[in-house]
Amino acid sequence: MLFDYETLKIIWWAFLGVLMIGFAITGGFDLGVAVLLPFLGKTDEERRVIINAVGPTWEGNQVWFVMSGGALFAAWPTAYAVSFSSFYFALLLALFALFLRPLGFDYRSKLPNPEWRANWDRALFVGGFVPALVLGIAFGNLLKGIPFHFETDMRIVYFGNLLGLLNPFSLLAGLISLSMFIMHGAIYLQIKTVDNINQRAQKIAVIFTVVTLALFALAGGWICFLDGYHITSEIFPNAVANPLAKFVKKGPGLWLDNYGHLPALWAVPASAFIGGLMVLVLSIINRPGSAFVFSCLMITSIILTAGCSMFPFIIPSSISLNSSLTVWDSSSSLKTLNLMFWVTVIFLPLIMLYTSWVFRVFRGKVTVEHIHKNNHTLY
Amino acid sequence: MISDTVVELSRWQFAVTSLYHFLFVPLTIGLSVILAIMESTYVMTGREIYKDMTQFWGKLFGINFALGVTTGLTMEFQFGMNWSYFSHYVGDVFGAPLAIEGLMAFFMESTFVGLFFFGWDKLSKGQHLTITWLVALGSNLSALWILVANGWMQNPVGAEFNYETMRMEVTSFGELIFNPAAQVKFVHTVAAGYTTASAFVLGISAYYMLKGRDIAFAQRSYTIAAGFGLAAVLSVIVLGDESGYTDGEVQKAKLAAIEAEWHTEEPPAAFTVIGLPDQDAMVTHHAIKIPWVLGLIGTRSTDTPIIGLTEIMQNNRQRIHNGIKAYSLLQQLRNGERDETLIAEFESIKKDLGYGLLLKQYTDKVVDATDEQIEMAVKNSIPQVAPLFWAFRVMVASGFIMLIVFVIAFISSSIRKCRKDWILKLSLYTMILPWIACETGWFVAEFGRQPWAIAEVLPTFLSVSSLSEWDIILSLAGYVFLYTIFLLIEMFLMMKYIRQGPSSLHKRRYHFEIDERG
Repeated sequence: MLFDYETLKIIWWAFLGVLMIGFAITGGFDLGVAVLLPFLGKTDEERRVIINAVGPTWEGNQVWFVMSGGALFAAWPTAYAVSFSSFYFALLLALFALFLRPLGFDYRSKLPNPEWRANWDRALFVGGFVPALVLGIAFGNLLKGIPFHFETDMRIVYFGNLLGLLNPFSLLAGLISLSMFIMHGAIYLQIKTVDNINQRAQKIAVIFTVVTLALFALAGGWICFLDGYHITSEIFPNAVANPLAKFVKKGPGLWLDNYGHLPALWAVPASAFIGGLMVLVLSIINRPGSAFVFSCLMITSIILTAGCSMFPFIIPSSISLNSSLTVWDSSSSLKTLNLMFWVTVIFLPLIMLYTSWVFRVFRGKVTVEHIHKNNHTLY
Repeated sequence: MISDTVVELSRWQFAVTSLYHFLFVPLTIGLSVILAIMESTYVMTGREIYKDMTQFWGKLFGINFALGVTTGLTMEFQFGMNWSYFSHYVGDVFGAPLAIEGLMAFFMESTFVGLFFFGWDKLSKGQHLTITWLVALGSNLSALWILVANGWMQNPVGAEFNYETMRMEVTSFGELIFNPAAQVKFVHTVAAGYTTASAFVLGISAYYMLKGRDIAFAQRSYTIAAGFGLAAVLSVIVLGDESGYTDGEVQKAKLAAIEAEWHTEEPPAAFTVIGLPDQDAMVTHHAIKIPWVLGLIGTRSTDTPIIGLTEIMQNNRQRIHNGIKAYSLLQQLRNGERDETLIAEFESIKKDLGYGLLLKQYTDKVVDATDEQIEMAVKNSIPQVAPLFWAFRVMVASGFIMLIVFVIAFISSSIRKCRKDWILKLSLYTMILPWIACETGWFVAEFGRQPWAIAEVLPTFLSVSSLSEWDIILSLAGYVFLYTIFLLIEMFLMMKYIRQGPSSLHKRRYHFEIDERG
């Protein structure tokens, strides 16, 4: 075994981050593009341009999302169990909306009927809008803590409801993720399209970069007053996974603790702002390729900011503080983390390699002429 | 105390969503391979018609694939959403193959499927063929890892209970992966997928031939489907689940229930062809039996007995008593006692802990269970016989009818004179059978595992999330509503494209377009 239990736990916290970020920067622009579909595409042809800009690659991108769930299950089974059962209706809503995506992409242009196509366009919009919003709301609730505790035999009991999930801070987090995916999608469209759509996409990209930065700054200010969590008892990083063996306190501003201990961490939220400003400049001077790189940086930094603030917490419990799940006490066994580490180390680079090859094959602009030429084979 | 209704509803929801999912999966698994075969023929012969075949059957593949992906997402979510105790209790073991499936198979399949559809002009012939094979490989590997996970539910090897974490943990990945139950299931399921896709291509090609349209296209498709399908259906039957049934105690109960073998018989046991199983009286009325056959199939020997349900229940009663003791020791351990003899005693009987947990359905206080409660647990420690008995027979009958049809189709596609309308009609109407066989097969495998979620380890009853009845009624209604609409849309599109046939490729050389040109 190359690493000890403690190191593997941290590695798996990082892997989970990599997968989520992987989804946000690939599947994220697909969601954004779907939200923008009805607004940027005025005619059927324009809409097909937009859909086919992501058509050949969206399916692979969405696997990052599925994979985040799979990795959570394998590496953090208790966190998977708590989050998925607690966010029951929120996830159900996201799931039902996600259903519309494979069908929308694949079925929309299979019939020429305008009514049929208009309905699938609506479906694709919902399939982008709802998950983008709900995922952010879920993140917001993680920062706030979830009302759950463990009964005898480690049975999870949840005391919240859907309305409780829709609290102001979490809604703000939802808006951040929505607006950041719209920004990202708009920049991607700026790369992939020409003329009208390209110009409209540029405007949207600029607006939503500003909106995202403003909302992110607002959330940053809010965090200073929001209740955070902190482990007060001694930490045993190599201990077996028992979430009930520690003491936790809760208090305003505790999510800033990590930045106090390690001031270099301020670079993470700062790079979100730097990334955002670069996106603005590059999008305006029409260098969408470079803007895209910085928009990836910005998204990565925003997600990392949430992760760094919460570390080592994964899911704090708001009603039974000591039941909170942390990196140290809710992972899989040493054996499983170790095996999955090697599987990931082998396959993740391979996935990145073939994914970038596929993107290279489909590089270049999608135009109305291209749609005309391949009328019967494209989405 | 967990509500029975919540458990029932959760089970219904899982059954409904996975049976829906399983309408699309076998076709995806099989059709991906058939597409790869067709495209290989195209690359080797250079004849455009094989490219057209790949593209046309590929269109149908795409319509099916979209719903497979849609309904598959639910499965990944559902373990955590509705079976959170299961997820906590076995995630350390069960989560790994699911995650490996994602990394090794699903990523590859989903990334390359876009290239399959849109990469024809962007890739060389060889490159595109490689992509098609990789999509096929991805969907087949996907099945492998899912069935490693499922095989572990049937026969949980390579793991043990850890009282400190209150869950099952991996002891050997080798055992988990090479679990005989998983290996047999994989071969059986994948071959069933090949059979499904072959019957699909066979039936639709027969329809074109009956209509006298696009004969060259239809004949070639028919021939490939007949050959591939015959090999596949033989594999399903010969390598069938049979050989796997005796791995693990719960598999033994499943086999006995399928055969309505109420009592252990003198080996080799007789096979009950048909009859009316009566669970309360533990007899099968009006049974028609063939001597020896069950013993031969089930044990591959003439002297090994097949254990009957009565004997299995007696054994279970003993294990439930042990389980009560194990649970009581576990309580002490969970309260922080770490006496060495206590630990040693618990370790020696913890394999029966799951049987103690069976009592949770009848009482919260497992340790103080009454004799009556124990008897209820014993009675329900075996699955319901009649549904399994019938589902299994429907599956097997479908399999044998398909075997006959594929033999006839294979002969008629090899010898031209044999091509008769009745054979084509037979091919067309057989199309429904693989779906019946797949769905009943899923039912036999999973219903036959009851009352366990993880055989001998975790009862289904305990596995559920702490949700309310209304939570699940609403979600179940949502799934049924959406899935029904999706299925109708899918069937509508499928029919539309099937009717158009290869003309839908707009290559100006097939039936409807030739007519238009007049």
